Amino acid sequence: MSTQQTLADLLQQQGVSRRGFLKFCSGLATMMALPASMAPRIAQALENAKRPSVIWLSFQECTGCTESLTRSHSPTLESLIFDVISLDYHHTLQAASGHAAESARLQAMNDHHGEYLLIVDGSIPTKDGGVYSTIAGISNLEMLKETAKGAAAIVAVGSCAAYGGLPYANPNPTGAAPVSDIIHDKPIINLPGCPPIPVVITGVLAHFLTFGRIPELDSSGRPLSFFGESIHDRCYRRPFYDQGKFAKSFDDEGARKGWCLYELGCKGPTTHNACATEKWNQGTSFPIQSGHPCLGCSEPDFWDAGSFYKAVTAPPNDISNVVAPALAAGAAAGIAIGLANRMKKARAIHQHQTVTNDDLKTNRSDR
Amino acid sequence: MTSMELLAWVRGPGLAIAIVVMLVGVTVRLLEMLILGRKTDLSEARVSASAKYGWRTVFTRFLPNTACAHTVLVVFISGYIFHIGLFLIVFFFVPHIQLIRDLTGLQWPGLTFWLIDGVSLITMIAMLFILWYRWWNKVRRYLSRFSDYLVWLLTFLPVLSGYLLYHRQLLPYNDMLIVHIITVELLLISLPFTKLMHAFSFVFSRWYTGAAAGRRGVKI
Repeated sequence: MSTQQTLADLLQQQGVSRRGFLKFCSGLATMMALPASMAPRIAQALENAKRPSVIWLSFQECTGCTESLTRSHSPTLESLIFDVISLDYHHTLQAASGHAAESARLQAMNDHHGEYLLIVDGSIPTKDGGVYSTIAGISNLEMLKETAKGAAAIVAVGSCAAYGGLPYANPNPTGAAPVSDIIHDKPIINLPGCPPIPVVITGVLAHFLTFGRIPELDSSGRPLSFFGESIHDRCYRRPFYDQGKFAKSFDDEGARKGWCLYELGCKGPTTHNACATEKWNQGTSFPIQSGHPCLGCSEPDFWDAGSFYKAVTAPPNDISNVVAPALAAGAAAGIAIGLANRMKKARAIHQHQTVTNDDLKTNRSDR
Repeated sequence: MTSMELLAWVRGPGLAIAIVVMLVGVTVRLLEMLILGRKTDLSEARVSASAKYGWRTVFTRFLPNTACAHTVLVVFISGYIFHIGLFLIVFFFVPHIQLIRDLTGLQWPGLTFWLIDGVSLITMIAMLFILWYRWWNKVRRYLSRFSDYLVWLLTFLPVLSGYLLYHRQLLPYNDMLIVHIITVELLLISLPFTKLMHAFSFVFSRWYTGAAAGRRGVKI
């Protein structure tokens, strides 16, 4: 496929009807919280968009993000959009290997310098010069820096690339770092999640193609259109929370009736993602709907935030062991201070001198 | 430090520090008071077993004293409202029960959220009224010190931040949760060192008052 062809040409070749394409654009506008009137503009922009070059770098990761993207929603318009982008380098998906693969990356970097999109999944080990993960003898750290130089924007896909993820978890043996800790001079869009929702990835790419810029981001670098609201706020079990109806265990009456999973450790209140609205497996379900509390996988540091099965308000680690020493220390100090006060009182009583009438007379005559 | 890191800190080490300061402070102050003791009453007791009156007073003083009520009825009622309100909010709001369960292993059924929501609102109105009255009434204003306004603020802020948190106002949820937990930790830390100590010392002062009155044969 030529990079000079527009998306409209390519979609037509793939057998996508005009009606199907416009429906997709309206859906995108809704997803991205844009007014419906934006749909024609999205359609026009996408139709005229040139086939963008995309370089996908996979670092310290589990391939879950790629699995999410390639499996869950295919075949749909989103996946066709992916078929028509020029994915010039992707370890898992590309046919080439070895030197041929690396030269494909270098060629894409040269041919589309300043224009290509760089997608990264996985965190980057930085300890000991980044030796803990290498590709073709090049450390991930080196490859990211080199490839980021000519990128128009970087999309950090998955919680590892966005925030460090599981490799970053204490004690972080490889010195894993998110993309934003290493690259500071390029626009970075974080699409966290373990894995992220496929439609969020395609939605952000479509936004970039449509408007030529990155979407509005929150303080954690996530697109507000998908990560603006918490799971809890959009959860269909929220009314049970308000009514105080909770599942106390995974097999009690509350669990069977589909009551709120707050007491079982649901992190929905502190987690921002689109799971509750976009859902997974072609809109079939999401973790809470299948009876499991939200783990909070799209939030920074969720891996070190304590048990998945303790309520949001509970401390991440057991702090009840401070109670006994605190009481003992308080008792020791209290007794010591109390005894000191008693001694002071006794001393004062002991030193008390009785004043006689004669003393008073003497004092008066002194004046 | 990201918002989540800060949240993890205030929920973990921050809370542990606050609990330690509170427990050490409360234990020290109670022991200090108890060990210092009272002057021996040399008079002959009119009623024996005055301790009985002490224990009785600990509980009877929860009931309204009608002799005082008529003077400033609204303040009297407001005082009851916000004390009961605080008690319900702290001990019957499900997320709070979950925290207590995690710390102590104890748990009990909570109240529905709309009820706690209403109680919070009423509690805040009662507290605001009491603050206004303290300022408006010249005698009370004259008697008030900085610490009186401080303890009011330390008590009010956790309720306000909790209310804003539940209604997703002012700040994003996570940030407001951090603010809420910090305000609670400030309250815990200040508890032994301010007039808020009455949350613990009321038992002893009531017992002493009741026992002393009982000994003299005063009906209380």
